Amino acid sequence: MAESLTSRPTLAAADAQQAHAHIDADTNTGISNTKLGMWLFLASECLLFGGLITTYLLYKHPLEGPTPQEIFDIPFTSTSSFVLLMSSLTMVLAVSAIERGEHQRMRVWIGATAALGATFIAGQIYEFTVFVREGLGFTTSRFSSAFYTLTGFHGIHVTIGIIMLVSLVLLSLRGKIPEHRAETVEIVGLYWHFVDVVWVVIFAVVYLIPS
Amino acid sequence: MALTEDRPLALPSGGSDDGYTPTGVFTRPTAETGARSWFTTVDHKKIGIMYGAAAIFFLIIGGSEALLIRMQLWAPRGTLLSANLYNQVYTMHGTTMVFLVVMPIGAAFANYLIPLQIGARDVAFPRINAFSFWAFLFGGVFINSSWLLGGGADGGWFMYAPNSGVIFSPTHGIDFWNLGLIITGIASLAGAVNLIVTVLNMRAPGMTLMRMPIFTWMALVSQFLLLFAIPVLTSAQVLLMLDRGFQANFFNVSKGANPLLWEHLFWIFGHPEVYLMILPAFGLVSDILPTFARKPIFGYPFIVFSGIAIGFMGWGVWAHHMFVSGIGPISVTTFSLTTMFIAVPTGVKILNWTATMWGGKLKFSSPMLFSIGLVTMFTIGGLSGVMHSVAPMDAQQTDTYFIVAHFHYVLFGGAFFGFMGGFYFYWPKAFGYMLNESLGKANFWLMLLGFNLTFAPMHVLGLQGMSRRIYTYDPGYGFEFWNKVATIGAFTLASSIALFVFNIFYSKAKAKNLPPVGPDPWDGRTIEWMVPSPTPAYNFDPIPTVTRVDDFWYRKYGETKEGKLVRIASTAEVAQQRTDGKGVHLPSPSYWPIVLAFGLPIAAYGLIFSLWLALVGAIIVVGAIYGWIMEPPDDPDKAHDDHGPDAHASDGGDAAVPESVDAVKEVETVG
Repeated sequence: MAESLTSRPTLAAADAQQAHAHIDADTNTGISNTKLGMWLFLASECLLFGGLITTYLLYKHPLEGPTPQEIFDIPFTSTSSFVLLMSSLTMVLAVSAIERGEHQRMRVWIGATAALGATFIAGQIYEFTVFVREGLGFTTSRFSSAFYTLTGFHGIHVTIGIIMLVSLVLLSLRGKIPEHRAETVEIVGLYWHFVDVVWVVIFAVVYLIPS
Repeated sequence: MALTEDRPLALPSGGSDDGYTPTGVFTRPTAETGARSWFTTVDHKKIGIMYGAAAIFFLIIGGSEALLIRMQLWAPRGTLLSANLYNQVYTMHGTTMVFLVVMPIGAAFANYLIPLQIGARDVAFPRINAFSFWAFLFGGVFINSSWLLGGGADGGWFMYAPNSGVIFSPTHGIDFWNLGLIITGIASLAGAVNLIVTVLNMRAPGMTLMRMPIFTWMALVSQFLLLFAIPVLTSAQVLLMLDRGFQANFFNVSKGANPLLWEHLFWIFGHPEVYLMILPAFGLVSDILPTFARKPIFGYPFIVFSGIAIGFMGWGVWAHHMFVSGIGPISVTTFSLTTMFIAVPTGVKILNWTATMWGGKLKFSSPMLFSIGLVTMFTIGGLSGVMHSVAPMDAQQTDTYFIVAHFHYVLFGGAFFGFMGGFYFYWPKAFGYMLNESLGKANFWLMLLGFNLTFAPMHVLGLQGMSRRIYTYDPGYGFEFWNKVATIGAFTLASSIALFVFNIFYSKAKAKNLPPVGPDPWDGRTIEWMVPSPTPAYNFDPIPTVTRVDDFWYRKYGETKEGKLVRIASTAEVAQQRTDGKGVHLPSPSYWPIVLAFGLPIAAYGLIFSLWLALVGAIIVVGAIYGWIMEPPDDPDKAHDDHGPDAHASDGGDAAVPESVDAVKEVETVG
């Protein structure tokens, strides 16, 4: 710290004259505050799902009641997983549409994303009812509690995502999402892709990896 | 900025559309003084002050619980508290002190200081900032309301399963603890996102990461720890909630549950938690010591990187809380080693602080005394911490008062002494008057005495084998004398806190007859001392351009060829003048943060007592979120949360004379 100082501007007023005191970039990183905030939130969500996935791995062998192998219907869940993954594609198309200023097209793709997400949720509800009918209640075994909590938690995340998508369509219809706010769509899209990616992990861990 | 014409779908801007009525339920409040301004404020300084005030309120509650514990243990076979009540009191003491005192005081300093230290006008998301505070406050009140609604939690602040199950704890105390901490967790998480974005995105021109004041660095690291630690606790608490409320089997041993699951999840959260509590205090001390030693901090990069190292390594030591839980020799060995390693970056910091003071012109003002108190007391606590990394020794000490002594030396002797130093140091900046120095010094010595009288004897008691969390002890084990000393110490400590509170009011009364305190009462080093005291709402006008670490100091001082310090400018020349703030665009206040936060405890009461009430809470929350989103923006040109260094009217020619009506409106909204 022994830098020698001879003459340097000392007046606070000099700050106002600095060439870079009026930078055009809005943020230091170049990423907008809201987008960076969403990334950080999603990073935190990883740990939340991490805790639940760990719990499931610990408890996936029940001491009583139906076992995973007995009740899982892999083709069915694979299909609904495929539907959810396709919704990421429509989400990307929606973001691309708003960036080109095509509002009507954006609303169509967002609506399609929400519909695909809702299909996935419907599939999950159907799957849960089948499991319950086959004797796997929430309190049946350590496996059942962990399974319903993990997949249900993910289902709640998808549902919140659907609500956000529907809200986007409504806002857009009222003219509240102009091009310069296109990033709102992108940020909801980030959340949506995250929820999809988490499902890839959950689907692999819960359904595909043999115990 | 010139988007006014070509955006037919834009949000109607207040300036260009006269017939516009806001979409939101409320118009944005405008009060700047009075109670309403505090309820609706989004100003990081007011929010920081409210965090501090709420934390001191909870400190008095948690401190009273500590005094009850010490009175119960004054003599063998104490009868003040029953065993059941004692369990509740020590659980609530720990919970209150960790979650409602130390963490929020850290948040108070982070909120108040980070924008000032990086040269920003506010945080990245001002409304989310307000929401964080209200959610924390309501969560804290919610937890403590359990005292009136059937008794507090009684499982210890770590709430080990299956002891926390309904069978062993049938009252609602643990439900209150669980849901209340989920609420404060949401608050911490929102705060962490907010402050990290603020530091990464909103630094003044020239303020690179490696020029930031060390407090900002340490607060940044601790916000990252919060970001990743809180969700782990939340996931564990969701499991506990489902177990207690909905008969799930996560901790139901009869269905094959593993009690170690809770311990792992809790301590994966819990150990980063202790570092995120101590790091803000480390940061404060790293800014205070150079000021009063009149030397730059010794090894700025070492201090910064050791803080980051603590942040990373803090994730690899959690199981040292579990050496006696039967995790096996390999785990124990691994975590013994990592625990020894993490002492290294902590030791680096102690060394740097000592070297900062070495050869300095030390001035022993109250902030300095408290900072030296941290360095010494934390070192004692750190040494007993390293002792615990030796697993056989830890096995001997687990659940004895030796552990109690250890963590009070690091959390009280470390974090809290640092916070006290911070209070005395930044009081003039926040409130415009100095705390009385004589009382401050008396406060320090009384606190040091009381602290050591309380917790040093606990080392002895622990080595003698006195167990923690047991409500009484029998005569004849040699526990009597040191327990009496500790109880006397606890009351000394309480009186030092009382002296601090007295000092606040006494100094405020005396300050009326004193000249106003200038912007820079301590001859400070970092740019927060550039702004007038108390800090104006707009913080900086203009935003300073930073050229090096301790920028403000080097605006005042230069060095001769021989390395001798010479004053090159008076404080008045380099400090900023208070301006009317016209032309500085600030975020408008909002009702929605407090409304949203209010819905959370309602929903939580509902989960305990009636799901209908939970529905009401959920409706408030959802409604508030939509109100929040639909709230008219105060700045038509930018998204609400998007505040870079603003152009403003007073800064010479190049700031582009506002070309549209919008910019004029902008000035008015400051009003």
